[in-house]
Amino acid sequence: MLDPANSGIILRRIRNSNEFVVVTTAAPTFAKAPASPLPAGGICCDLHPGVQSNDVLLPYLEDYWADTVVQRGVHALDTIGYPVNAPLTCRPDWRIAGAKPGTSLERVQADALDTFGLSHAIANCIYGVQLLFSEDMAKAFARAINSWIAAEWLAKEPRLRASIVVPTQSPEFAAEEIDYWAQDKRFVQVLMIVMDEMPLGRRNYWPIYEAAARNGLPVGIHAGSAYKNPVTPVGWPSYLVEDYGAQSLAFQSMTTSLICEGVFQKFPDLKVVFLESGVTWLPAHLWRLTKFWRGMRSEIPWVTEPPWEVARRHIRLSAQPLDLPDGEAAAATLERICEHMRSDEMFLFATDYPHWQYDGMQALPAGLSQDLIRKMMIDNPRATYPRL
Amino acid sequence: MTEPARAREKHVVATLAEMPPGSRKLVTIGTREIALFNIDGEFFAVLDRCPHQKGSLCKGQLIGLVESEEPGRYRFSRPQQIVRCPWHGWEFDLRTGQSRVDPSSIRVRPYAVEVTDGAALKEGPYRAEVFDVAVENQYVVISL
Amino acid sequence: MTPPTVQVLDRNDTAKPAANTLAIADCDVHVVPGDQKKELFPFLEKRWQDYMATYGMRPRQGYANGPAYPKGQPNAARRDAYPPGGMPGSSLTFMREQHLDPLNVQMAVLNPLRTGQGMQNLEFATAFSRAINDWQVAEWTSKEPRTKASVVVTYEDTPAAVKEIEARAGDPNFVQVLLLSRSAEPFGQKRYWDMFEAAAAAGLPVGIHAFGYGGAPVTGGGWPSYYLEEMIGHAQCQQALLMSLVMEGVFERCPDLKIVLVEAGFAWLPSLCWRMDKLWERMRDEIPHVKRRPSDYVRDQVWLTTQPMEEPEFKPHLLDVVKWIGWDRLLFATDYPHWDFDHPDHALQVRVTEEQQNKFFLQNAMDLYKPRPVA
Repeated sequence: MLDPANSGIILRRIRNSNEFVVVTTAAPTFAKAPASPLPAGGICCDLHPGVQSNDVLLPYLEDYWADTVVQRGVHALDTIGYPVNAPLTCRPDWRIAGAKPGTSLERVQADALDTFGLSHAIANCIYGVQLLFSEDMAKAFARAINSWIAAEWLAKEPRLRASIVVPTQSPEFAAEEIDYWAQDKRFVQVLMIVMDEMPLGRRNYWPIYEAAARNGLPVGIHAGSAYKNPVTPVGWPSYLVEDYGAQSLAFQSMTTSLICEGVFQKFPDLKVVFLESGVTWLPAHLWRLTKFWRGMRSEIPWVTEPPWEVARRHIRLSAQPLDLPDGEAAAATLERICEHMRSDEMFLFATDYPHWQYDGMQALPAGLSQDLIRKMMIDNPRATYPRL
Repeated sequence: MTEPARAREKHVVATLAEMPPGSRKLVTIGTREIALFNIDGEFFAVLDRCPHQKGSLCKGQLIGLVESEEPGRYRFSRPQQIVRCPWHGWEFDLRTGQSRVDPSSIRVRPYAVEVTDGAALKEGPYRAEVFDVAVENQYVVISL
Repeated sequence: MTPPTVQVLDRNDTAKPAANTLAIADCDVHVVPGDQKKELFPFLEKRWQDYMATYGMRPRQGYANGPAYPKGQPNAARRDAYPPGGMPGSSLTFMREQHLDPLNVQMAVLNPLRTGQGMQNLEFATAFSRAINDWQVAEWTSKEPRTKASVVVTYEDTPAAVKEIEARAGDPNFVQVLLLSRSAEPFGQKRYWDMFEAAAAAGLPVGIHAFGYGGAPVTGGGWPSYYLEEMIGHAQCQQALLMSLVMEGVFERCPDLKIVLVEAGFAWLPSLCWRMDKLWERMRDEIPHVKRRPSDYVRDQVWLTTQPMEEPEFKPHLLDVVKWIGWDRLLFATDYPHWDFDHPDHALQVRVTEEQQNKFFLQNAMDLYKPRPVA
């Protein structure tokens, strides 16, 4: 299936009309061509600083919790979602001898910030705080991580911004954490993971969204599971490749949840950014959701406009990984997906450093229009993150 | 410049006696199938084709208007005045024909209905081939 | 002006005849026993009749008398699909008049859903499934040649499922094996392999229908609040199980296996295949048993029924998706008599060629299921 020759045929809608023309792309061979030239001053919306071990957090943990970590031998909170040595977890040329991926500021500067000519990059620390069962321990670790990010990363590199890690186990604590760090303008968003204990639209989590909205911060939702439910709706899979594959299914489910629960009616200024979600599933999912909403809208009467409208206004997605066909069809397909969404304002550039999603500078598919590249790298992130 | 207002065609579609409150009837006028409802003594008529996949609205359930000011709040009013397509559940306001799901762009055509005395019918311009219109009876009339 | 003709009609439940209507295969039609005692009990041992009366069905969900999420319509059925005095899908006569004749259905694949599938007591489930299969033949396929049955199996008890598949192999009343998507574990896992091999050996495609009772929340992040969300979730369930079948190597082990994903739409497939292909390349060392690109297996061994067909904002965009999947992989289905029914005249709201139309509505299904007359 998905024959690239076939995928090169494009139905292009004439703007503001329901007419369309068939455009056959004459297959320019840019499959192996150098990447699209990237404009200087781009913004990376998803970059991952690594936590080498709990030792680096000890200075930032309250005394009781620092003592607990030592006395009880609390293990590092890396999750099974990103095994340190798995190929996806780190690009070969981004690995650091003797240390975990992403743990070196110098390498982040050289490999990501300098190489891609970035003006800013948003650091999203993926460390398994959400998996903990004690909300007090989660609160302590979240505070320690945010303190560590502020001191060891933001203070040392002016191009970096960061997301606030929150203990979702207690939405009340999470809101406190948001209010605390929001005073530091280098924190530009709130960070959650896509598979938590319950679907993210549920009212349980609303204190988090209220705090985010109150502080003018988008909520970033990153791939990952608290592993409190099976990662697929049909049970636990055998392989990491399925676990990672299922992340985009969870993003589909959370799109449903956030919209149906009325999060965006309650918090009309809130933006949600899906991080490392994959992007091409979006239009098909919204077609299905809107179809069923038309029949079942009386179950959720607060949703008074089609879900695809709600999504266009409130949801953004970071564009790595890019689930696209290989080679020359990639760029055309991504542009086509934008047409399906009837928006080119939803996708945000991301290096996803240090994860191995692409090689070299191919963070965007070759042949993408300069207009879309500029939107994804500069205009869309700026419109999404008021603090940038 | 004013064109003479086109007289609306009036069609006698039922006797009042056969359509008590709570009843409904599918009527055909020319090629049009129209769903006719008597809701608490008030008559409503809409084209019997859901604009989605052409489900017969005459077979839909009548529900109330469900609205909400914010998540978790449900305001229920106008019981029985919304028809829900028997297939996919699209809702239409019988008064306006507007869809509840996308009022700006989706609607089903509504028709004016009135109840008229047999005496008035005798004077025309109506025609009721299948009725022996009796002066002492009342009739349901749809205007196209 | 000629006075308009006035006509009064009562709604006639028998719809218009099928003259000049497009011929279709309907790959998802739901039937239930009208009278369990009369129709089903002749095929169910007394022990299980009593068990059902005493303990009930007991699936992996809490409510004894209905679904976990109350449906959008009673029995999830079209409001106009109730035969006089009966449940939707319980009357062959009514189905002929309302559905098979007017929609010019050449073949209807029966997918009974209220069966033993998903029941916690596996022995009861097996007995009940077997009875449902006998009942399909007695009440449907032997009386109406356009209907073809599905072999309902207890997929959580693989040996029992294998036995039932082998018992029905070669029987022209049956055209596929039927599973429900929400299993206890992802269908690619080893415990299910013998079942898929038995189906492939019997030459029967395996239809995997949305719904079921696996016990896991319908999202990877817990239980949602609304029925609408559960409905949407069936597409994620199908994606998860398809990924499992690919990545755990079922297609590689069983090259003759044919999978039909039923009642979860189809527009999600291209994106999933692109994702799987990329992940396979990145992590091939984890799954060395997967020898080919995931999308190659899907291209060769997977079909999808169309309903509920996605409805894009701009309708022709659906053509992109069909093109990405292939015009030969989609099997039209109405889901009659359920409420999210797709009508063949109105569901595909785009212009297509005659050849595409013929494949989509009829020929793909005939080529896959190859229905044979019952001797």
